[in-house]
Amino acid sequence: MSTLTASPPAATPPAARRQARRRRIRHVRPGDVGIGVLAWVVGIVFFFPVLWMFLTGFKQEAQASTDPPTFVFTPTFEQYAAILERNFAPYFINSLTASVMSTIFVIALATPAAYALSLARIPRWRDSLFFFISTRMMPAVAIILPLYLIAKNVGMLDNVTFLALMYTAMNLPIAVWMIRSFLLELPKEVLEASRMDGAGLFTEIRSIILPMIAPGLAATSLICFIFAWNEFFFAVSLTATQAATVPVFLVGFITSEGLFWARLSAASTMAALPVILAGWAAQKWLVRGLSLGAVK
Amino acid sequence: MAIRSRWRPTTRAAAVAAVAVLSFTTACAGAGGGGGGDAGAVTIATVANPQMEDIEKLTREFEKDHPDTKVRFVTLPENELRDRVTQDIATKGGQYDIVTIGTYETPIWAKNGWLANLDDRASKGDYDVGDLLTPVREALSYQDNLYAVPFYGESSFLMYRKDLFDKAGLTMPEKPTWEQVAGFAKKLHDPKHKLSGICLRGLPGWGEVLAPLNTVILTHGGQWYDENWNAKLTSPETKQAVQFYVDLVRDYGEPGAPNAGFSECLTATGQGNAAMWYDATVAASLLEDPKTSKVAGKMGYVPAPVAKTENSGWLWAWSLAIPETSKKQDAAWEFVSWATSKKYHKLVGEKLGWSRVPPGARQSTYDLPEYQKAAGAFAGPTLESIENVNVKQPGMHPQPWVGVQYVAIPEFQDLGTKVSQEISAAIAGRQTVDEALTKAQRYAEATAKEGDYQK
Repeated sequence: MSTLTASPPAATPPAARRQARRRRIRHVRPGDVGIGVLAWVVGIVFFFPVLWMFLTGFKQEAQASTDPPTFVFTPTFEQYAAILERNFAPYFINSLTASVMSTIFVIALATPAAYALSLARIPRWRDSLFFFISTRMMPAVAIILPLYLIAKNVGMLDNVTFLALMYTAMNLPIAVWMIRSFLLELPKEVLEASRMDGAGLFTEIRSIILPMIAPGLAATSLICFIFAWNEFFFAVSLTATQAATVPVFLVGFITSEGLFWARLSAASTMAALPVILAGWAAQKWLVRGLSLGAVK
Repeated sequence: MAIRSRWRPTTRAAAVAAVAVLSFTTACAGAGGGGGGDAGAVTIATVANPQMEDIEKLTREFEKDHPDTKVRFVTLPENELRDRVTQDIATKGGQYDIVTIGTYETPIWAKNGWLANLDDRASKGDYDVGDLLTPVREALSYQDNLYAVPFYGESSFLMYRKDLFDKAGLTMPEKPTWEQVAGFAKKLHDPKHKLSGICLRGLPGWGEVLAPLNTVILTHGGQWYDENWNAKLTSPETKQAVQFYVDLVRDYGEPGAPNAGFSECLTATGQGNAAMWYDATVAASLLEDPKTSKVAGKMGYVPAPVAKTENSGWLWAWSLAIPETSKKQDAAWEFVSWATSKKYHKLVGEKLGWSRVPPGARQSTYDLPEYQKAAGAFAGPTLESIENVNVKQPGMHPQPWVGVQYVAIPEFQDLGTKVSQEISAAIAGRQTVDEALTKAQRYAEATAKEGDYQK
């Protein structure tokens, strides 16, 4: 999060600026405190459900569904043991495969497309852009039956590769739009200079453009990865035993006969972990990447 | 930044290569055995309930006896399972060799020609089809042919806290009426001490609030449709029954009733916050488990309360059926017959505990001394409730379908959901029962007309 203290206008004389800085150091303005508190409150409100899920995963089922909620309890690994007993690994591998594969496809396809629609400006680029985003306008449920029949006829039901293709199609428009906004931010002078120096298209893309939008690509990849990782509808509709992903595994704990909060929480924690780790690892790039398109 | 950029292209290329290799290897691992290469594997779609988890654990025993058959499970919650399996069977996808369905789906799917007829297979060998409880078997038949076999069955009954009744000096009759139950609820309701007189479902959904409510409607002489598919949801008897249910749950029911389903009532009762609970008989084994329930050993069980009829319990059985599209029907039957056999019930008792034996499927289970001992508190009332169900005419009037707490037509999922939303809104106090039923009647009339049911 960026600090919200406004820097003094450039026109202020140096002495006044120094004074202002000193004043800021000496006593914190009440407005800052208010914003700090607000930031903490918002942060906790957003983080609390995740924390609660994490804690609930270590409870007994009965403790997980008490009213009022149980805060003090002896942690148990019973729920995690029950999950591992149900063979979590294949689902995890399927999710990883589908997410990684689709993310690679998306970035590989979206980057040249975004280039064509921003820097190269092919004819009718506006229509093309609109076409890309229009593919997201129909809800997935409206096309699931034809998709199912196609998958069945080409023998790709319950197949991770087919799922990865679906996720590629699903994420491609977003990626094109995102990467395009990053490309538009590139200073034209740099590109012109490289061309003046005799760089061809390939060199320009590889040596100039890609390094400059790398944080943006990282952010786009992470978002595509998260969307693919969390996707449930295609996963539940198009898979059975071989290609089922983690979200499908998760709902297998939702029973209509009995308590399941603790176990579902433990399973959800396990499912969320890779995404949290990936996000954490990419944190530095992510902040830059996400602000790349917006901040001049 | 400047220092890094010199290295970037190479490191990035290496990273891309690493990821590519990783994804390729995982792709191979994930796809291993896919693409229909599993000649000996049968795929079963099941509902995510405790009994199904048990069978998943015990399947190793089956595979030991049948070395060429592997069983693969797809476990989903009730609604997803229904959608998923319907989609696959209706498009002849053929992904499942065994499906878990209820008494509601079986006759409808059998009529569509989606299910294999199990009559011949079930009457052969030592399967003993006559041992299956009669009402359950009737509910799983279409034109007198068996299309699914019960994995476990349930009816509904009234569960009550014996200790609270003793303390208040009340006696639960052996066969209570709804009138009496309302009286008890009034006396025991004590919101100050977080105790509600009764827990009743109020959550929208045809499998939620409508299940108990429909038994109340039927026992008061109400109905959804008469013999000629004329909707009867605004008849005086139906109105009286719904008004009674809504008043009872609003006055002496659990807090947050419009959002309370089976799980919420189970939690409330298990934590000691409800004096009575009218719901599925399978709830008893959960309430008697001291690990998850504070009221184990304190509960009493009596048949579903009545008004005008003799009995009023519902009937549901999670059952196994074989889709016509399965190419491995013989192997599938091997598993289905094993999972619903006497032998399996004994296996569950010996390996996992006798209280976990699937209830409500076989008469012989109730004759096992070990089961009687372990499930003594509720085994008798459960069996009695199931045996007393008349699936062909559960209420006062004849009906053109087989089934108790639902109307066995495909449109009922949609119709029931819409009607349940209106009822739930009435429980929440957002509209009167009359308003809710007027709308419900309109939906029901439209359904009968659009489905071309009226002759």
